[in-house]
Amino acid sequence: MVQPVLAEEWEDQQFFGSATSQKTLRILSNTDTRFFAPIIESFLKSQPSVSVKYLVTGSAELYDIFRTSPEDFDVVISSAMDLQFKLVNDGYALALGDLEHPDWAQWRESLFAFSTEPATIVINREAFEGVPTPSSRQDLIKALRQRPETFQGRVGTYDVRHSGLGYFFATQDARASETYWRLTEVFGSLGVRLYCCSGDMIDDLVSGKIAVAYNVLGSYALGREDAQSQIKVILPSNFPTKMMRSAFVSTNTRLPDVAGTFIKHLTGIQADISKAATFPLPPLDRTVEPAISLDPALMTYLDRLKRRTFIQEWESAIIQ
Amino acid sequence: MPRRLIILKFLLIEDNYELANAICARMRSDGHVVDHADKIFDAIEYSQIGEYDLILLDVMLPDGDGREFLKHHRARNRSTPVIVLTARSQVSDRISLLDLGADDYVTKPFDHAELEARCRAALRRNSGTSQSITVLADVAFDPVAGSLKVGDSTIKLRNKELRIFELLINAPQQIFSKQKLFDRLFSYDDDVSENAIEVYIGRLRKHLVGSQLSISTHRSLGYRLDHD
Amino acid sequence: MIEGVKISGSLRNRLTVSLIGGAAVLALLMYFIVRAYATQIAQQGQDNILGASVNSILDAANVSEGFIDVDFPYASFSMLGTDTDDRVFYAIYQDDELLSGYDGLAQIFPEVDKASAYGNTTFKGAPVRLASASRMLVGADLRVQLTVTVAQTQDSLLGALNRIGRNVAIFGAGFFLLVVILAFWATSTAIGPLAQLTTSVARRGPQDLSPVASPVPREMAPLVFSLNKLMARLEYSLSRSEDFIAEAAHRVRTPLATVRSHAEATLLRVDKEENRQAMRSMIRAIDESSRAAGQLLDHAMITFRADNLDQKNIDLVELVQDLAMRLSPIAEMRDIELQLDALGPVSVIGDAILLQNAIRNLVDNALKYAPSESIVRLVVATTPKPSISVVDEGAGFPIGEINLLPDRFARGSNSGGIIGSGLGLTIAQEVAEAHGGGLTLNNHSRGGACVTFSF
Repeated sequence: MVQPVLAEEWEDQQFFGSATSQKTLRILSNTDTRFFAPIIESFLKSQPSVSVKYLVTGSAELYDIFRTSPEDFDVVISSAMDLQFKLVNDGYALALGDLEHPDWAQWRESLFAFSTEPATIVINREAFEGVPTPSSRQDLIKALRQRPETFQGRVGTYDVRHSGLGYFFATQDARASETYWRLTEVFGSLGVRLYCCSGDMIDDLVSGKIAVAYNVLGSYALGREDAQSQIKVILPSNFPTKMMRSAFVSTNTRLPDVAGTFIKHLTGIQADISKAATFPLPPLDRTVEPAISLDPALMTYLDRLKRRTFIQEWESAIIQ
Repeated sequence: MPRRLIILKFLLIEDNYELANAICARMRSDGHVVDHADKIFDAIEYSQIGEYDLILLDVMLPDGDGREFLKHHRARNRSTPVIVLTARSQVSDRISLLDLGADDYVTKPFDHAELEARCRAALRRNSGTSQSITVLADVAFDPVAGSLKVGDSTIKLRNKELRIFELLINAPQQIFSKQKLFDRLFSYDDDVSENAIEVYIGRLRKHLVGSQLSISTHRSLGYRLDHD
Repeated sequence: MIEGVKISGSLRNRLTVSLIGGAAVLALLMYFIVRAYATQIAQQGQDNILGASVNSILDAANVSEGFIDVDFPYASFSMLGTDTDDRVFYAIYQDDELLSGYDGLAQIFPEVDKASAYGNTTFKGAPVRLASASRMLVGADLRVQLTVTVAQTQDSLLGALNRIGRNVAIFGAGFFLLVVILAFWATSTAIGPLAQLTTSVARRGPQDLSPVASPVPREMAPLVFSLNKLMARLEYSLSRSEDFIAEAAHRVRTPLATVRSHAEATLLRVDKEENRQAMRSMIRAIDESSRAAGQLLDHAMITFRADNLDQKNIDLVELVQDLAMRLSPIAEMRDIELQLDALGPVSVIGDAILLQNAIRNLVDNALKYAPSESIVRLVVATTPKPSISVVDEGAGFPIGEINLLPDRFARGSNSGGIIGSGLGLTIAQEVAEAHGGGLTLNNHSRGGACVTFSF
C-alpha cells in the first residue's frame, strides 16, 4: 500500500558520528531531531566507533514504513503508543534482557517508554488578553461559545484520519471524558483547521493564525522557548491525556548489541536528573501509575471496525 | 585256703562275663567272698536278701541299668557303700555318679590296690563304730580304721604297714615271702626294691613289742605272724 | 566376628532401597500428577478470561443499516493483560469473511452444547491458546453468523506452571527426604528382631543347644524353626559322638580291665621270678596304654572346650578340696599326706571342668614322683594373681629340661620307670593359657618340684 519512502520524502534525516564508522545505527522516529540530537550525541561519546542515521517521519507513516520493510531499521521510536504496542505485539521487537526499567514503563522487555508527555491546550496569549484562561475542556467550550467570532477559523487540532498520535489522543480522550465529543462538535461549528503534526499547530499559534490548539503535545510547545511569550500551555485539569513515548529494537536489526546499548542509554539518561541537559523531553512520571498503560487494550481503537466507527463519528462532528 | 579272720562280702554287678570272672578271681585270691549278678533285676534281689559289706557296680553304658540300681538302692535307704566301676573318667561323670548315690568310683582298667584303698575309705565313712575289729591274742586290729591296739595304746598304722599286717593276721600260720608281700603292696610302676618290705616289717615288730604277737623271719621263705 | 560367612547383599540395604525407591517413584508420580492438575486449572483460568473477552466482543456486536458493527469496549482487551505481557491476537469473522483483526488466526467451532471452544495453535511463530464463539445476528434483511476468536500467548501460564512445578518439586524433595529418614528408621525397626535374635544366640554358653525360646516375628519363625532343628540335630549328633566316645571307651577299657585283673591274680599265684616279671611287665603295659588313652581323650576335650569356655564363678579352694578328697585314697596308698594351704575362699571366673582336669593332672604327677611318706602341699593363693601351686618333696625337675617339659609328650630324664605319657603338664598349661594365665615350673629351694597354675 505504501511505497518505499524516498530520501526526499523524510521529514528530516540526519547523520551523526564519523563518516568512516562501520556500524551505523538506523533510527526510525517521529520525534523532531532537535529533541533527540543531544541524546544521540551523548550516546556517541561513549560509542565512538558507531554512527547514527536518524530518520524522522509522521507516526502513521512510520508504522506503515516499518511494517513494510522492518529490516531497514534498527531502532523504532514513536509517540503513538497504540501503534508501537501493535508492532511489538505482532512480533517485530527484540527482547532486551538486562534492562533495569519500571514494570509499568515496559512491555515484554521489548517496548520501553521513556517519557511522559501530556496532551495540552495551547492558546495564543493575545487572543485571551483580558479574558480568563480556560483550565479545563469545559472552560474551553464555554470560552469558544462565548466569543465565536474571535475563534471562527482560528481553532486547530489533529486530523485524526492522518495523524497516528492525533488518533491516539482523540480516542483516549473520547474514552476518558464525555466532553470530548461536545468539544469536537464546537470545533466543527467553528470551522476548525486540521493539522498533521504538533509543530505546525504551534507555528500557527505563534503567528496568530490560530488562537487555540487542542491536544497539542505539551513538550513540543514548551520546547519552543522562543515562543513562550506568545503562547501558553494549559494542562486540562480533569483527565489529562498522557502519552508515553516509546522505543524498541527491531528483530531484524543487524546491530542488536549497539541498538540495545542505545535503548539502555536512552532510558538511563531519562532517569538521571543530573543528565537533564542531554534529555530535552519530560522524563517518565514516576509519581503516579499511568492512566494509559502499556497493555493489549491499546490495540482496541486500532480495530478496523472500531476505527471506522470512530472516524465516521468524528467526521460527522468536525465537518459541518 | 588259709582261714581268714577278716572276710568281706562283695556283690559284683557286672554284665561282662570275662571281666566278672577276672575280678572275682582277683578278689577271691584275697580271700573275699564275691557274689556276682549280671542283671539289675537279680542285683536288686540279691542286695535285698544278702548283707553285703560293699557293692561293686558296673554302670555299663550311659543309658544302662546301672543308674537304676543306684536309685533303687538309695530309695530303700540301704547303707551299703556302692563303688562304681566305670569306663568314663570325666570329672563331669564323677559328679553325676556321686549325685546318684555312689560312694566312689574307679575307672577301668583299675588297680585292685586302689579299689581296696577306696573300699577301705568307703567303709570308714560308712560305719562309725568299728564293727570290723579283729582281735587276736591281746592285739585289737581295726583294718578299716587302720589301727592297732596293743594294751592301752592305739597305734595308727601307715598304709603299707596296715596292709602287710592285714595279710599276716588273716593267715597266722602262713609264711609270706618278700616277693609276695611286695607284689601286693607296691604299685607296678614303683621304682622300689623288695628290701623296702624289711623296713615295714621292722616297724610292725616295733609296734607289736609288748604283745603276744610277733613276726618271725624264716630265712629264704618269708615272714610269719606268730602267736606266743 | 563374622569370619567365614559369605555376604551377599544386605537386608537393611534392600529394605532401605525399596522404601526409598518406592518413595522416589511416588514423589515423581506426585510431581507429574500435580503438574498435570495444575496445568488443567491454570489453563481453565486462562480460558475463562479468553472466553470472557470473546463474549464481551460478541456482546458488543449489532446490526445497523445493513452493516455489522462491533464496538467492543476497552475492557475486552485490557482484561487480557498478564504479568508476563502475553501477546494478544483476535479475529472477527462474518460467516467466512474476516471483518477485522488478524488474518490467518484459526477459527475453531464449539461443540454442539458448548458456548465457546478452546484450543491450542501457533500464530506468528508463537504457541497460543485461543477461544472462539459464534453468534447469529439477525437484522432487517441480514442474517449472519459472527465468529469471534481471541488468542493469547502462554508465557504467563507457563511461568505459573513453572513456579508451581518448582514448589511441587521442592515439596516432593522434602517429602522424599523425610521418607529417606523414615526408611532408615523403619528398616532399623524391622531388622531389630534379627539383631535381638543374634544377640541372644551369641550370648549362649558353649554347651547351650537348647531351642530358641523367646518369641519372634512371624516372618522369622521359619528361620528360627530351622535353626532349632539344626541345633537339635547338632545336639543329637554331639550326644551321639559323646555316646560313641563313651562306647569306644567302654569297649576298649572293659577288656583291658579283664586282662589287668587276671594279670594281678596270676601274679599272686606265680613263683618263678621270670613269670613274676612278665606279669608285672604286662600290668605296667596295660596301665601305660590306659593312661595314654585317657589323657588323649582328655586333651581332645580340653582343646574343644578351650575355645568355648563355660565361664562361671568358681571357688578355687572348694575345687582343690574336692580334688584332694578324690585323690586321698591314692595318696594314702603311698603314705603321702595331701595338705591344703589356703586362707579363705578364692573366687575366679573359669571353666570348672577344665580346671579340675588340669589340677588333677598336676596332683597326679606330684603323687607319682613324690617319695613315700612325704607331704604334697596344695597352695591356693590370691596374690599376685589367683593361683594354685602343687609342691612336692621329690627330686625336683631336672635343670635344663624345666622349660621343655610342658611340651607334648616330653618326660623328664628323671622319670625313670614311672608310667605316664607326659601329657599331664601339657594339659595343665593349655588350660591355664585358655584362662589367660600360665603354668610355671620351679624347683623348690628345699628340694622338690613346684608347679604353679596361675590365672
